[in-house]
Amino acid sequence: MTRALIFLLFASAAQAQLAIKAKTLYPMTGDLAPWQDAVVLCGPDGKIQRVGPAAETPVPDGWKVVEAEVAMPGIIDARTAVGLTGLLNWEQRDQEQFENSAPVQPELRAVDAYNGRDPLVQWVRELGVTTMHTGHAAGELVSGQTMILKTNIVSITKPEDVLNAFAGVAVTLGSEGFAKGGKAPGTRAKSVAMLRAELIKAREYQDKLERAEADKKPDRDLHLEALGAVLKKEAPLIITADRHQDIAAALRLQTEFGFKLVLDSAAEAYQLLEPIKAAGIPVLVHPLMARPAGDREHLTFTLPAKLHAAGIPFAFQSGYEAYVPKTRVVLFEAGMAAAHGLAKEQALAALSIRPAEILGLAARLGSLAAGKDADLALYDGDPLETTTHCTGVIIDGKVVSQERR
Amino acid sequence: MKRLAWIFPAALLTVAAIAFAQNDPAPVAAKPRAFTGARIFPVSGPVIEDGVLVVSGGRITAVGARASVTIPGDAEVVDCKGKVIMPGLVCTHSHIGAPSGGDMSAPIQPEARVLDSIDIRDNTLARARAGGLTTVNIMPGSGHLISGQTVYLKLRDGRTIEELALKNDDGSLAGGLKMANGTNSIREAPFPGTRGKSAALVRQQFLKARDYQRKIAAAAGDATKLPDRDLGLETLVQVLEGRRVVHHHTHRADDILTVLRLKEEFGFKCVLHHVSDAWKVADEIAAAGVGCSIINLDSPGGKLEARDIDWRNGAELEKRGVITAVHTDDPICDSRWFLRSAALSVRGGMSREKAIESVTLAGARLLGLEQRLGSLEAGKDADFILLNGDPLSNYTRVEQTWADGAKVFDLTRPEDQLMAEGGPGAGSSRLTNTCCFSK
Repeated sequence: MTRALIFLLFASAAQAQLAIKAKTLYPMTGDLAPWQDAVVLCGPDGKIQRVGPAAETPVPDGWKVVEAEVAMPGIIDARTAVGLTGLLNWEQRDQEQFENSAPVQPELRAVDAYNGRDPLVQWVRELGVTTMHTGHAAGELVSGQTMILKTNIVSITKPEDVLNAFAGVAVTLGSEGFAKGGKAPGTRAKSVAMLRAELIKAREYQDKLERAEADKKPDRDLHLEALGAVLKKEAPLIITADRHQDIAAALRLQTEFGFKLVLDSAAEAYQLLEPIKAAGIPVLVHPLMARPAGDREHLTFTLPAKLHAAGIPFAFQSGYEAYVPKTRVVLFEAGMAAAHGLAKEQALAALSIRPAEILGLAARLGSLAAGKDADLALYDGDPLETTTHCTGVIIDGKVVSQERR
Repeated sequence: MKRLAWIFPAALLTVAAIAFAQNDPAPVAAKPRAFTGARIFPVSGPVIEDGVLVVSGGRITAVGARASVTIPGDAEVVDCKGKVIMPGLVCTHSHIGAPSGGDMSAPIQPEARVLDSIDIRDNTLARARAGGLTTVNIMPGSGHLISGQTVYLKLRDGRTIEELALKNDDGSLAGGLKMANGTNSIREAPFPGTRGKSAALVRQQFLKARDYQRKIAAAAGDATKLPDRDLGLETLVQVLEGRRVVHHHTHRADDILTVLRLKEEFGFKCVLHHVSDAWKVADEIAAAGVGCSIINLDSPGGKLEARDIDWRNGAELEKRGVITAVHTDDPICDSRWFLRSAALSVRGGMSREKAIESVTLAGARLLGLEQRLGSLEAGKDADFILLNGDPLSNYTRVEQTWADGAKVFDLTRPEDQLMAEGGPGAGSSRLTNTCCFSK
């Protein structure tokens, strides 16, 4: 009897299904308008069963209910190095965001470098970030690969732990990508020349692979395979370019080689709105609060508003900077955009559905609708107000944080 | 970089024709101005709805509810309905103006004056005005035990550092002394390699200063008996005599207590800066009677000793009655986000009132300037800012900044908007992308 009761309790706890009741809900669907007094039912499979007005969406008996002033889709950080760069900023302990032994290393995989137990991952998770596009940071001409995963994954042990193990290859054009100590590349022209040479080599390698008889295939080359995957459009080249001439160079390379291009940082994109729009290239906007120094010295906080007005798809990112804060918080960057001309709903979209679309995950993530992953961020007020707290975070239908942050 | 010294924007020295980011001439108005209809945060008292602020000759002459203030007949009336007016912001710890202090030759250099290094035409000053700052304590870095003398500037228009510098009653330039402990000032020799050595070096130097002070006293004004002038020891004597405040960079709980121990031994006036672990030793800080100048970062860490920095610091210090300011440490936090730093303290549990005080009057107190600025009261400097909403709201913008009764920032002026929002040239020390020979 007692044993049966314990078993029942345990079983019901394991299967406790979750209902989120929000006074204001941002499903980020359709016209992006918020709903008042809405309920999200999260099924046992970690997917959203139903989203609807509270009056028409009864919560089944026995379901755990979490209430919030405001609920929105779990935040997607469109580009970060969190998990590779750690909280302590301690070389050889928690700084894996780039490897400076060579300027071009597309073979470096993010999955092999990620530490999901770094406190920085917990920090952003407890502020509402549920998914990150993370990996090798800007800082070398080709610094390595990126990946996409959820912030509740502490160790990567099986393929399904990541949403995309090869989300792109990170390239840096401009002075941030220059090598130190007189090594190449040391100029913009040299950077582009080296990159073109690598892409041509990768194309020739691909051609050889396809043409050669089965017993005469070239030796496997991880470096050229990674670039070859980019040329075959299996993953984008994520080009960090801030100066207008670097952005123009990125567009030129895309025209020459036909790869999928995602523009990263792009501080001076406001100088080139028309060509970016014409090329259909999405932009992962630099953290607005990034220091206006180096190639970013001409940045403006109005860039998201300008991209929106121009019809260029964009998303917010926390990015990577060498010094404190060890990571920007993508939520706060969206707030800064909303204070500088971007409508609040658009700012929230660029934290949720827009990055999902740009990263190719909109079928699963980015909005609250039946069948999508039950990832939510809960707040006790306007998420974009600095004084608001994140009060809960849900990933795959499970409460992963109830801290008040 | 990995030494974790503060980053300063690189000076751009290549431009022959320098473009001055000059504001419109805004001379101190001959006649009074009355700003009417705003929601006024005097900070020294409760919020005033439909308030009136009257300024004249660079000073505040009246502030209060509309019914209680008589507007002088000759005053220019400025309608501020729908706006918020609060005191000009005071930042107790900033590195704007490309400052420097001591060099790498020694860990203790109290003789180095930051005032001799500041470029007042650097765009960082214009950007600070855009953030609503009117008073700043400009500090040398934290890579020394003693890196030099700080200077308190009013961000009014001026052509020389002296025109911006605030003065003590005796006419000397107002400022403190920057000190640091913990890992920033631990370096290769001749710098200390440990915390114990750091404290020993500082104690030895203050003992020397005491001897020097005694010799001066013993000379009793007889010039023939005075010791040779020593710029470093002179500065430390000012500290020992309470005429110069120590602004002490410190993060870890034990480092904070080391500062309090030194303060106890030598009896100097001291403000703790950054104070990442303040929440762990808040009782000890309160008991020592020192003020805190804290920083709020978007994420903790960056180095081991700052791993536990917490937005709760403001709240924990408030609970214990510690005078608490928040600072930008610009370029660590951009001056244009200064009000946001106060809002982060509120996120951490500080009261709205104390958070607003932390960027105004509390800062003035820690700089010893509270008689002159930091709140909106008759007789104080006419330093104030005009906002389009609540000071702690993320959506609020600084529309105007006034220092000594003159407008030094106006969001409607294109050159000021550029500094406020960024864009071509805004992040450079000068506008590097315009030509030529004039603006």
